[in-house]
Amino acid sequence: MAAGVLLEARGVTKFFGGVRAVRDLDFSLGQGEVLGVIGPNGAGKTTLVNILTGFVRPDRGRVVFRGKDITGLPPHKIANRGLARTFQGMRPYPGLPTYKNLVVPLNSPRVRKTAAGRFGDLDSVALDLLEEVGFERDSSVPYKTADSLPLGYQKRLELARCIALRPEVILCDEVFSGLSMAEISSMLPLLEKLLSRGIALILVEHRLRELFRITRRVLVMRFGEKIAEGPPREVLGRPEVTAAFIGRGSPP
Amino acid sequence: MSTRKLRKRRVDRGIHVRTRGLYALSSYREMAYLLAPRLFLLVGLLGLPPALDLYGQRVLCAAAVFAMPALAFDFLAEYVGLVCLGGALFIGFGGYAAGFLNARLGLSPVLTIPLGTLAGACLSTLVILPCLRLRGVYFAMVTFMIPLFARHVIVALGLLGSTEGITGLDTLPDPLIEIYVILAAVLASLFALRRLVNEDLGLILRGIKENDQAVAASGISILRYRVLAVFIASCIGCFAGAYLAHLYGWLGLSLFAMDFSILPIAAAVMGGTGTLAGPVVGAFLLTSLSEALRGFGQLRVVLYCLVLLAFILYKPEGLLKVLERKYQQFERREEV
Repeated sequence: MAAGVLLEARGVTKFFGGVRAVRDLDFSLGQGEVLGVIGPNGAGKTTLVNILTGFVRPDRGRVVFRGKDITGLPPHKIANRGLARTFQGMRPYPGLPTYKNLVVPLNSPRVRKTAAGRFGDLDSVALDLLEEVGFERDSSVPYKTADSLPLGYQKRLELARCIALRPEVILCDEVFSGLSMAEISSMLPLLEKLLSRGIALILVEHRLRELFRITRRVLVMRFGEKIAEGPPREVLGRPEVTAAFIGRGSPP
Repeated sequence: MSTRKLRKRRVDRGIHVRTRGLYALSSYREMAYLLAPRLFLLVGLLGLPPALDLYGQRVLCAAAVFAMPALAFDFLAEYVGLVCLGGALFIGFGGYAAGFLNARLGLSPVLTIPLGTLAGACLSTLVILPCLRLRGVYFAMVTFMIPLFARHVIVALGLLGSTEGITGLDTLPDPLIEIYVILAAVLASLFALRRLVNEDLGLILRGIKENDQAVAASGISILRYRVLAVFIASCIGCFAGAYLAHLYGWLGLSLFAMDFSILPIAAAVMGGTGTLAGPVVGAFLLTSLSEALRGFGQLRVVLYCLVLLAFILYKPEGLLKVLERKYQQFERREEV
């Protein structure tokens, strides 16, 4: 393991029946780094996130986090090691006020171990977290039921749920999708703030333009395989990448 | 006048909003609004027994026994997302555990009821544990089958009196003590559960019901919390079982009767699922109804079912939700 490597996938493969969702995928993520994962629909991006976070068990290959093999661990154990994720379809707990949604991660063993988690007032910790992701503290927004929030706030709540765990990596599954330009341009500084705090990010995205404003390295997937990796401009210049996005080419 | 169209309009009294949190302390009127329904239940249940004859007290006991698994059902179904039809399982295991401790080890009911509750709850949780992997209706079906299975195991292995059961268990010393034990248990469980579902633990459980993946991604073991919830519900159900064995001084296969699985659900539906108080009220109403219809002989079951059907057709949300709405809102007719 190279120094500074935080998360690593080695030869990860997953079949769903006869469909190859992810095949022989290798990548590594350094501490505090940001990696974009792009690819056409059905390229296996979300499956990759699911494998990394333990929601799907790979058929072959290993996932190594901080030098320890975490392949096959249940999701909650992986989350407790500091690997948080957002979900593409957000379903906050309906009927609960927004800040009460954060009660769940704040009760996880990872947070309970810390002094603040054990002795702190969870409600005020939750309000602090919401303020961090851009909820106005003195407004009524944090007290509204979470399912009544607009999409942009729901995405922020989802991020707050991850930050509550004080993670080392956050895997964001399409955090920009469905947002307006204004919402995206306020989301980007938030992600940059997380990076500046040393949290590494993996951003699975369709919105390339916005993604390239924050990431310096992207991984392109097609039909479950990695077809390119490198700086955004260089990668997009490659013919196979263009073909994947425009739609030429068939599964090999 | 016939051309005037009237529309029902509901105006919220604002009790619910204003009495949330500390604001309730701001006026006696508001505190009275908050306290009235609770006091009604408390005073009503605790004041009723001395006014009843022995028969009435027995009916009240039976109703309270049904209220316990109804509470357990409502808690698991609405706040944890586990539709558990195993009311008979709780009653049976609790009853057999308490009966065994009393008949074979000679402990007094003061000990056997709490110990039987705990032992039965542990056993129930262990049995339900492998089913927790199942979802929705499959979990419901398997939990419904377990009591039937338990009956066969008891008969096949000749355990604890086999088909005959065990008679001559110690009973509680006085009818009034008998009834207050179970009423206190019902009220304590009700208020404890209502508190629990709004504490952190309850919020996590509700989170598991709504979105278990997000809970797992938040570093919380879903299985652990589900087991804990099942154990809490088992304790409530098994207490009723342990109590029932000592109420009748007898234990037998009918502790696993399907009535204990089905009636609590009927009570929960009639009273209003998800309110916790609803199933308790429902259990008292259903049991009283069943007794009131005794005079009709064979027609009793038909009438009983008709009443249930009427509830499902006309008040599908349940009695308590309707009452709650009436309590919190004015209704008035006004012109369109």
